[in-house]
Amino acid sequence: MRSQNRVAIALVVIAGVLMLVPMLWVLALSLKSNAALMVDTNSVFDGVFTLENYAAILGDGQVFRWIGNSLIVSLGMTAGVLALSSLAGYGFARLEFPGRNILFVIVLLGLAVPEQAVIIARHQLFSWAGWHNTYPALIIPGLAAPFGVFLMTQYFRAIPKELDEAAMLDSASRFTVFWKVLLPLTIPAQATLGIFTFLSAWNDYWWPLISATNKQMFTLTVGIASTQMNFAQTEGLGFLMAQAVFAGAPILIVYLFFQKYIVQAVAGAAGR
Amino acid sequence: MATALPQQVAPVATHPPRGRRAAGWANALFVLPYLAMFVAMIVVPLAMGMWLSTTKGDLFGVEAHVGLANFTRLFGDPIFLETVGNTFYFVVLTVPALTLIGLGLALVLNTPARWATVLRTIFFASTVLSVTVVTLVWRLVFLPDGGLLAVISEALGKTPIAFLNDPELAMPAIAITTIWWCIGLPMVLFLAALQQVPRELYEAAALDNAGRWTTLRRITLPAISRTFVLVVIIEIILQFQLFGQPQLMTLGGPNNATRPIVLFIYETGWRQWELGYAAAAAQVLFAMILVAAMAQYVVASRKGAQ
Repeated sequence: MRSQNRVAIALVVIAGVLMLVPMLWVLALSLKSNAALMVDTNSVFDGVFTLENYAAILGDGQVFRWIGNSLIVSLGMTAGVLALSSLAGYGFARLEFPGRNILFVIVLLGLAVPEQAVIIARHQLFSWAGWHNTYPALIIPGLAAPFGVFLMTQYFRAIPKELDEAAMLDSASRFTVFWKVLLPLTIPAQATLGIFTFLSAWNDYWWPLISATNKQMFTLTVGIASTQMNFAQTEGLGFLMAQAVFAGAPILIVYLFFQKYIVQAVAGAAGR
Repeated sequence: MATALPQQVAPVATHPPRGRRAAGWANALFVLPYLAMFVAMIVVPLAMGMWLSTTKGDLFGVEAHVGLANFTRLFGDPIFLETVGNTFYFVVLTVPALTLIGLGLALVLNTPARWATVLRTIFFASTVLSVTVVTLVWRLVFLPDGGLLAVISEALGKTPIAFLNDPELAMPAIAITTIWWCIGLPMVLFLAALQQVPRELYEAAALDNAGRWTTLRRITLPAISRTFVLVVIIEIILQFQLFGQPQLMTLGGPNNATRPIVLFIYETGWRQWELGYAAAAAQVLFAMILVAAMAQYVVASRKGAQ
C-alpha cells in the first residue's frame, strides 16, 4: 500500500518538474546574448550569461507603455466592476422594485453568453462611435460581465437582514445602509471579484487585439503577441524571451502573494 | 465552489417594510448603472449579431438581407466544417487529459504537507499567465531550430522534429501547450470537492480495514462524481473556445490542421471583413456552447438530489 503511494507521489513530483522546465528554459534563453543564440541555443549550457536583453527592454520604453496601458485598463475595469456589481447586488438582494425578479433571471442568463456571440456586433458599435483605440473601449465591455452581479447578490443575501433593519430604524437612507453598514461586510467577496476581474482584464486577448490597433494603445498581452508575429525572422530571440519573462514574472509574483484568493476566485468563477 | 447555484438564489419575494412601496422605482436606481452596461454590451450586441448573421455585408455596412443563406453556405463550406472537426479533435485531446490529470494531482496533493503545498503552487502557476506568454514559452520548446525538444533530441542523436509544421503533430503540440496552461483549474476544483467528503466515511472505511484502492473506488470517487461531471462540462466549454494558441503558434496551419471555429470567425470577420458570414459562424458556436452550458446547469441543479 505504502509503495503504491510513493509511486504516485514520485510521478506527481516529476510532473511538477516538467511544469517548471519550459519556464526555466525561457528564463535561461533570456539571459543569453542574441548573437550567441543565433549560433546555437545549446550555448545556454556554457554558463555565460548576460543581462543585455533586459537592458534593451529598459532602454526601449515600448514595453513600459504597454504595461501602463494594461494597468490602466485592468485597474479601471476592476474599479468599475466592483462599483456596478456591489450596487446591483445590493439592489437585487435587498430592494423591491418593479420587474426585479425577471431582470435578475435575465442577467443570470447572460452568464451563458460567450464572448464570440457578441464580439462582432460589439466591434461594430465601437466603430460607429469612433471609440476604438481608447481606454474606455478597452474597459467598458468588461463592465457588463454578469458574474460580479451574481456573486455580490449571493453575498448580500447571506448577510442577516436584521442588520439593515436596525439601521433603517435609525432612519438611515437606503444608500447609507448600503455604504456604511453592508458594504464593509462584503470585503472578502470584493477581494475575490476584484482579483478575478484584474486577472481576466490583464490576460484578455481577443477584444484588445481587435479594438486596440494602434501600437500606442496595445495592452501588454497584445504587445507581446505583436512582437511574436515576426518570430521566424527575428534575430532577437533572447530579447523576445526577456520580454516573455518581463511580462510573466510580475503576475507570477502577485500570484505567489495572493495565491489563496486567486485560486478561490478562479475556481469560483468557473463553478458558478 | 458549486455552492453558487442559480436556482438557490432564485428570487424569493421579500416583505418590505410598510410604506416603502412608493420607493420602488427609486430602488431600481441601484441596479440601473449595471443594467445599462448589460443592455449595451450584451443584449444589444447579441441581438445585433443574430440579425447580422442573416445579412451580407462588409466593413462599410450591410449590403443585403440573405435570410439563412449564410448558414446554408457554412454547412457547405469545407473549411468551416474542417474547423468544426478540428475543434472537436482538440476537445477530445485536452478535456479527458485535463480531467484525469487534474483528478490524479488532486488525489495525491490533498494533504496539508509542505511538499504538497509547494507542488499545488507550481501546478496552478501557469494558469495566471496570458495566452501570449504561454505560446511564446512553448514555441521555444517546439522550435525545430534550437528549441528545447530539438536540443534534447539532438543530444540523443536524433533529428529534431518540426512539431508545429507537421499536420499530424501540430494539434497535439497545441493540446500539450494547453494542458500545461490549464491544468490548475481542474486540480483546484477537484481539491475543493475532496475537502467536502465527510471524514466519518474514511474513518468507517478504516475501521473496516478497507485498502486504499477500495476506499478510493467505494468512497472518494462516488463522493466527487458530480464534480467530475462538472469539470468535464466546464472544460468542454472552455476548450471549445480555443483561439489564441493556434492564432499565435501556427496561424491555423499547416494546411488548416489547427484552425478552430473561433479562429475561423476571427479571420472571416477581421481579415476578410465578411461580418455577416462571421456572425453566422458565431451563432453556430454559440448554439454548441449553449447545449454544454445547459448540461452544466442541469448537473449543478441536482446537487441536493443525491
